Amino acid sequence: MIRKSLLSVLGLTGASAAHADWALNMPKGITELSAETYDLHMMVFWWCVAIGIVVFGVMIFSLFKHRKSVGAEPASFSHSTTAEVLWTAIPCVILLIMAVPAAETMIRLEDSRDPDVSIVVTGYQWKWHYKYQDEGVEFYSSLALPSVEARPKQSGVDPFSVENYLLEVDRPLVVPRGKKVRLLMTSNDVNHAWYVPELAIKKDAIPGIINEAWFRAEETGTFRGQCAELCGKDHGYMPIVVEVVEADAYQAWVDTRKAGDAQVAQMEK
Amino acid sequence: MTTAVADSHEAHEDHGPAKGLTRWLFTTNHKDIGTMYLIFSLVMFFVGGAMALIIRSELATPGLQFVHPEFFNQMTTVHALVMVFGAVMPAFVGLANWMIPMMIGAPDMALPRMNNWSFWILPVAFGMLISTLFMPGGAPASGWTMYPPLVLQTGDAFPFLIFSVHLMGLSSIMGAINIIVTILNMRAPDMWLLKMPMFVWTWLITAYLLIAVMPVLAGAVTMLLTDQFFGTSFFLAAGGGDPVMFQHIFWFFGHPEVYIMILPAFGVVSEIIPTFSRKPLFGHDSMVYAASCIAFLSFIVWAHHMFTVGMPLSGQLFFMFATMLIAVPTGVKIFNWVATMWRGAMTFETPMLFSLAFVFLFTIGGFSGLMLAVAPADIQYHDTYFVVAHFHYVLVPGSIFALMAGAYYWLPKWTGHMYNETAGKWHFWLSTIFVNLTFFPMHFLGLAGMPRRIPDYSTQFTDFNTMASVGAIGFGVSQLIFVYVLLTAKKGAHATDRVWEAPRGLEWTVPSPAPYHTFDTPPKLRVAQESFE
Ligand code: HEM
Ligand SMILES: [Cu+2]
Ligand SMILES: [Cu+2]
Repeated sequence: MIRKSLLSVLGLTGASAAHADWALNMPKGITELSAETYDLHMMVFWWCVAIGIVVFGVMIFSLFKHRKSVGAEPASFSHSTTAEVLWTAIPCVILLIMAVPAAETMIRLEDSRDPDVSIVVTGYQWKWHYKYQDEGVEFYSSLALPSVEARPKQSGVDPFSVENYLLEVDRPLVVPRGKKVRLLMTSNDVNHAWYVPELAIKKDAIPGIINEAWFRAEETGTFRGQCAELCGKDHGYMPIVVEVVEADAYQAWVDTRKAGDAQVAQMEK
Repeated sequence: MTTAVADSHEAHEDHGPAKGLTRWLFTTNHKDIGTMYLIFSLVMFFVGGAMALIIRSELATPGLQFVHPEFFNQMTTVHALVMVFGAVMPAFVGLANWMIPMMIGAPDMALPRMNNWSFWILPVAFGMLISTLFMPGGAPASGWTMYPPLVLQTGDAFPFLIFSVHLMGLSSIMGAINIIVTILNMRAPDMWLLKMPMFVWTWLITAYLLIAVMPVLAGAVTMLLTDQFFGTSFFLAAGGGDPVMFQHIFWFFGHPEVYIMILPAFGVVSEIIPTFSRKPLFGHDSMVYAASCIAFLSFIVWAHHMFTVGMPLSGQLFFMFATMLIAVPTGVKIFNWVATMWRGAMTFETPMLFSLAFVFLFTIGGFSGLMLAVAPADIQYHDTYFVVAHFHYVLVPGSIFALMAGAYYWLPKWTGHMYNETAGKWHFWLSTIFVNLTFFPMHFLGLAGMPRRIPDYSTQFTDFNTMASVGAIGFGVSQLIFVYVLLTAKKGAHATDRVWEAPRGLEWTVPSPAPYHTFDTPPKLRVAQESFE
């Protein structure tokens, strides 16, 4: 509720168009590294297309030309050292061309030093818990009610009538734009994985282990993901929603959350 | 040559098959055992296929239609275990049993009684696994990868899962020992190693992989068992254990395992393409080296399945480079097949059609494999439908198509009759169309961010899922044509000894159908090959 009213004041509500309706390709995402990952993905993809055109081209040509029904006479060669050296060496070179930028991106992905915001993400069967380390804000984030009502067998609710079916939560993760956010992942029970395509983050949340991931969002908006490691019967029902807001809105959100938490604590006493 | 075999066969007429059920129960004959393996794997193919159709029906549209999430997870788990250990692996062992002795000129497998054991363990193992569907708590639902801690939440099925995996491993190890001993000791006297047919070579390498990694799997699941029942904490963080260690051990088995499922397939198509191109296999020796290279590399790439578990940077880089390297020998194989066809005189009987589709579609799976090898990109692809698309491309139009190709290729040798070629062609074209309709859209789903192993999904994933489900049902129904071909296999014209126009192995020197005992006296490879000129 607090989030809804606050964000609507700031004009940031509603589903974003971040998830296009008919996505065919990996999203470019909203961080430098997600764009780099996308570029790597496209580079390898185009190499595959190029190699495919050559290999399949030769093969299809042969299938038409060298068939018995058009009178082809079989040759009898079975070796060609030149060809074999070439088709071992050329792939090695291509692989090297791919490996270098991939390694560079990998190195940057792992550099989670000096974060502005640190959040401990804990997986539970079947929801997420977020704890902002420096702000003292923490909360659970579970599948939103409309989806909960629509998901059972014979619920009578058409999934198409539910906005962001299975991809909406009651309380999203709110983060500031342009700041380095570090996520510390762990789990309370079984393995989970925190996956948001637009942030190019997928990291396993494993009991007894703390994994790190980081991102610096360059755009505001709502970005959705899901648990990506099989974690039991409701594995498909623990989505992730990240709201990226401007720094001042983030600060306002933190303050409201804190005040809200204090109020709740007061009431509980 | 042929007459020598026929003579020795006559002399042993009293050694024909026993009558009735005991023939199958007690048989030590490699052909009988091969047949049982093949039939068993076909049954498992349909059992696993039925589960796949339950999965695809549920996923045809968003919302839960037919099953509950618990049962959905049981289906994905048991489907994979049945297909991997019950369909693909035993089918290749079946081909090995039937064909390796006949291809190397041996009278039987080296260890016939153990051969009987290796087979009869399998129905027990799978009876046990499938019976867990009816146990309290249901079948295992943790995925075929059995990651702890989740797998430890399995109900009564848990020990049955572990023991059935033990039995499957036992069967595989015994089968592998048998194959190695047979190949190394029982070849025709003038068949030195590099003269062995490609199918024999790839199986030799595969058998070594099996012996190396099945005990590792057995160890991993045994540790699960003791964690569950005997108070150990190998994988339990609370007791000082490490859940990630299981993944390392599992994939140390798991990655060689995927090559166990594809190397014999390489062997099969390497037999078929030369026959129907009427040209010798291009670069036989370099194919052998490439396969050995793949086998070696398969031991040092396992953690490419674990780029998201939080490995040190150096580890990620190592596994990325090593994985990319596998593409080189794999490429060599593909180039060699294409070079074999080049300037041949091809005809397109069903075995050749399946082999050609294998080369095309396995290559597509190889491409997605290369994409997955690139670690930063894999972080995006991992555990999405992109991975599902990748491994189904290498396993269905890869391994399964090679098995189909092999079955059509050698069927006349087994039955003595030509199969129904029209039905075979229908089987091929429908399978090929539907397999692509099923698995190609999954690439898009994965890239758009749909995780694997979920029973329900957000509405923007609907169209491609519906497509995949239609394809899956079509593919399933098309396989009934294969059953029809098998049921009518003895109705066709009599097959000649050589069956096809230009095959060259020793198996084509014995009569069709192959007599119960072949090569009681070892043949001479050179004599056989001269007889083909
Ligand atoms: C060019 C060669 C290949 C490369 C570079 C390659 C690479 C990969 C990578 C990196 C993954 C992990 C993806 C992930 O989970 O994020 C993977 C998964 C997989 N691959 Fe391959 N692969 C190749 C060939 C094969 C072959 C020949 C087979 C089997 C016939 C195969 C079967 C599988 C299976 C079953 C999985 C998924 C296992 C699971 O998570 O359940 N791959 N492959
Ligand atoms: Cu999960
Ligand atoms: Cu692998």
